[in-house]
Amino acid sequence: MPAESHAAAAIHAHQFEDAEQQRDAVTLGMWAFLLTEVLFFGGLFTAYTIYRWSFPAAFALSSHHLDVLLGGVNTVILIGSSLTMALAVHAAQVGGRGVVGYLLLTMLLGSAFLGIKAVEYDHKFAERLIPGASFLMRDERRPAHLDPAGDAVVAAGMASADPGVEADLQHHAQIFFSLYFAMTGMHALHMVVGLGLLAWLVLAARRGRFSPAYSTPVEIVGLYWHFVDIVWIFLFPLLYLIDRHA
Amino acid sequence: MSQHVVSPKIYFAVFASLMLLTALTVWAAFQDLGPFNLAVALGIATLKATLVVLYFMHVRYNPKLIWLVIGLAVAWFGVFLVVTLSDYLSRGWIPFPGK
Repeated sequence: MPAESHAAAAIHAHQFEDAEQQRDAVTLGMWAFLLTEVLFFGGLFTAYTIYRWSFPAAFALSSHHLDVLLGGVNTVILIGSSLTMALAVHAAQVGGRGVVGYLLLTMLLGSAFLGIKAVEYDHKFAERLIPGASFLMRDERRPAHLDPAGDAVVAAGMASADPGVEADLQHHAQIFFSLYFAMTGMHALHMVVGLGLLAWLVLAARRGRFSPAYSTPVEIVGLYWHFVDIVWIFLFPLLYLIDRHA
Repeated sequence: MSQHVVSPKIYFAVFASLMLLTALTVWAAFQDLGPFNLAVALGIATLKATLVVLYFMHVRYNPKLIWLVIGLAVAWFGVFLVVTLSDYLSRGWIPFPGK
């Protein structure tokens, strides 16, 4: 883009030939970082695969204790925030006025996602679904008097026809919820980092740092934000939607 | 790589497709597809991820070098999964004396 190379000349760092080479290098570097992120989350997804394969019944039962509506709404919100992020990148690239507005909208949607996540975590606390000594998963599909997690039944010491099976189920359900909190927790942590990056972009954009000749930071943060969106796109069906027809 | 500006129209079309696929994956989860529920869920998620990568992340317009990095990410995750599962899935295939 010859028309812009003069304006860009003042912006690229001295080790680069020109702004375009700088953008190529930065984009490649960001993708290399995202590769390491794939491996980071890959570890969690691999652990998930092994345990779901090992304990399919406990995973299906545990999944029914997650709220499909809240998870689905969060999926819509997060994909919506990817749209506003993409529109922010577009506005930065063409020098439009909307950059700050779209970035703020992205932050708003990201915060809404985290808020709903917090509500869900709170429900899990209330339902005793936090892995640990007081973990106790109820099975709503069984009559109350047969539900081993029903307090009265537990107190009476007649937890199940086969207490061994029931104890195993409770243990395996804790593996599901350990993975649920590890995976959604790491995902949420990435979103918090993303919100910080977006706030930094907003400040920079307000100072007029970005122009059609230099919009790389917006694009790079966009890549990160979309990556976090992709992680959730896989987490939603894998955690919330196991054997829902049963 | 010269900068490629993606039209907002494409962004909105991709967003609409992602919404449709989200609805589809929720609907499919409530149907009894036998052993295919997981395959359908993962297929839809992969399709959604591909749309995000190609259009939101501009990879469709990026040089082959970026495609290579993404290919590597997928391949390494594949190695990770295949090697780990080759252990877990094959346990008990060979009987050991005294076990």
